[in-house]
Amino acid sequence: MDTASAPPLAAPLDIVFDYTRSLGPVLGRFMTGLRDRRVLGARTADGRVHVPPLEYDPATHAPVTELVPVPPTGTVTSWTWTDRPLDGQPLDRPFGWALIRLDGADTALLHAVEAGTRESMRTGMRVRIRWAAERSGHIRDIACFEPDPGPPRTPGDATSSDPDTSSGAGTGSDPDTSGELVTGIATPIRLSYTHTTSAEESRYLHALSEGRLLGQRCPACRKVYVPPRVCPADGVPTEEEVPIRDHGTVTTFCVVNVPFAGQRLDPPYVVAQVLLDGADIPIPHLILGEAGDVRMGMRVAAVWRPPTTWSTTPENIAHFRPTGEPDAPYESYQEHL
Amino acid sequence: MRRAAVLGTGQTQHQTRRTDVSMAGLCREAIDRALADAGVDWPQIDAVVLGKAPDLFEGVMMPELFLADALGAAGRPLLRVHTAGSVGGATGVVATTLVRAGVHQRVLAVAFEKQSESNAMWALSIQPPFTAPIGAGAGGYFAPHVRAYIRRSNAPEHVGAMVAVKDRRNGALNPNAHLRQPEITLDSVQASPMLWDPIRYDETCPSSDGACAMVIGDQAAAEASERPVAWIRATAMRTEPTYFAGKDHVNPRAGAEAAQALWQAAGITDPLAEVDVAEIYVPFSWFEPMWLENLGFAEAGHGWKLTESGETQIGGRLPVNPSGGVLCSNPIGASGMLRFAEAARQVMGRAGEHQVAGAKTALGHAYGGGSQFFSMWVVSDTAGR
Repeated sequence: MDTASAPPLAAPLDIVFDYTRSLGPVLGRFMTGLRDRRVLGARTADGRVHVPPLEYDPATHAPVTELVPVPPTGTVTSWTWTDRPLDGQPLDRPFGWALIRLDGADTALLHAVEAGTRESMRTGMRVRIRWAAERSGHIRDIACFEPDPGPPRTPGDATSSDPDTSSGAGTGSDPDTSGELVTGIATPIRLSYTHTTSAEESRYLHALSEGRLLGQRCPACRKVYVPPRVCPADGVPTEEEVPIRDHGTVTTFCVVNVPFAGQRLDPPYVVAQVLLDGADIPIPHLILGEAGDVRMGMRVAAVWRPPTTWSTTPENIAHFRPTGEPDAPYESYQEHL
Repeated sequence: MRRAAVLGTGQTQHQTRRTDVSMAGLCREAIDRALADAGVDWPQIDAVVLGKAPDLFEGVMMPELFLADALGAAGRPLLRVHTAGSVGGATGVVATTLVRAGVHQRVLAVAFEKQSESNAMWALSIQPPFTAPIGAGAGGYFAPHVRAYIRRSNAPEHVGAMVAVKDRRNGALNPNAHLRQPEITLDSVQASPMLWDPIRYDETCPSSDGACAMVIGDQAAAEASERPVAWIRATAMRTEPTYFAGKDHVNPRAGAEAAQALWQAAGITDPLAEVDVAEIYVPFSWFEPMWLENLGFAEAGHGWKLTESGETQIGGRLPVNPSGGVLCSNPIGASGMLRFAEAARQVMGRAGEHQVAGAKTALGHAYGGGSQFFSMWVVSDTAGR
């Protein structure tokens, strides 16, 4: 393949983590209410009721302390329609995204309305909460909203009357006394990217797949970069390709003894900065063999995996090994520390 | 140039997990304390500047959106600052600049991190495709540079442990500190596990939840204050690429140039003689001597001698991190602002048990990224020139 004209290499990059949230006093009571099939709004100094609740009054900046129950019914104040729900959305079939002002509230909540068809949605339509069968104290405890044939309710009707459940929850008069307070939630997050390399990095990776190391020289400062990149000091593309030998000098290093989330190697292991012969910037890599004897200035050589396994990755070099040559003098690499 | 001063500071109780509060509540704990310390109320605040480390640390993109109510931003300008670990310092500098430019009279600066909601080590070790799996968090990044410093300066091995002992004992004087270890000794530090050789467990910063806030005002606001203020004599920020051929990871050019600009702007010719106390961003113990050199308190290769001779202890020539510093509390986004605020508290005479007697001039310093972003300020008890 003519790698010079090939498109840059690209691969998926998925970042996944289960973040947690501590809720604090206001959101904790709100989530606890949802678990118990009750909706609580925050009353601010001007008398308005905010659903979902605010933690701080936007006018006075004082902490919100008064939470009031509101009914599970409300009115659509605006909406749009989605024909193709995405993963993670409240419903897996076409639904309306609506701003819903619950009866007794002064602000609107964004949620899904299971209306069947787009034609059934309208501003002003009456809706009510469909509670999730299993609730943990999370906004998803509201499965969605559905059309409500009944008349508007007053805040005095704030208890749930979902006809599909009969757990008995939600009938208490004090919103703070049922069960343990929900103090935290988990919020798993997945980010899916396509990571695309630069043209220079692609050429470097293609060379690696042939067992070669490739550098590029900056036309301004004449420094050789491995891997090639736009020169960070001069801001210009590196151009002239320079073959780099797979031998080098350990400038400095770290022995990693600590395990951590996402780690792909078992500690302890040595990560060294290796200044390849002919390069002006070190690359980080592993040093194996006499691991306890790794030292600054040690001469090392790349240990390549079997050629049949090579691909466009620096992992074609399994690690570096000591060559047994005399150590490089400190003066020869001190400018690269 | 117009003058500006710190009117008040506030900070949270820093600890591993503040599960009693939301991010909003964490920020407000610091903000409410800063407003009270400054003796000002919300109507007197003209603008809000928020600093936070990378969003992946909590997994909330643009937290300034949902925090607007808690930060009192309604009806006011709100700015967000991003400069990795130095962001708390950079946030203080941005707030100061808004005041000095005459745009606002009083600006609220806030910085926070809720590390317990995520895992910074994980977030700093994300591995993109086409790379080898060799990252190991901030410790793995900085340990080789610490080794290089030790080699370059011929510093004795125990200097790093001395810094840890000093800072943890200082932290025991600071009721807000996350780690308070009055009993720590050189032997116990040296007996602690080697994590990222040459960095031991007791020589690393903790993972903390915490926030810091400051009210920065103009000359009229400062003169109207009933309590002592910290006059901001100079600020400086500099940046350099994370990696470039010839980068000096031990003594980065951007840090040295920022310090030079800072001392010049403050009219300071001999920092060691003219600065009474320094709050320096030291996430791993050896960065104390490294930054003493980078900041110009000592010649290159000699910073460790100040540490070893005890001159950086409270009572020494230049007490460094009397609050306990980052080694005792590390809510990353707030850590830089804590350095700036602690410097201000010293010259206001409001540092409590870790007050350096007679402190008139203090340095606050922060750095972030791969020794890439630097921010610093000098504050004094008088307005100066």
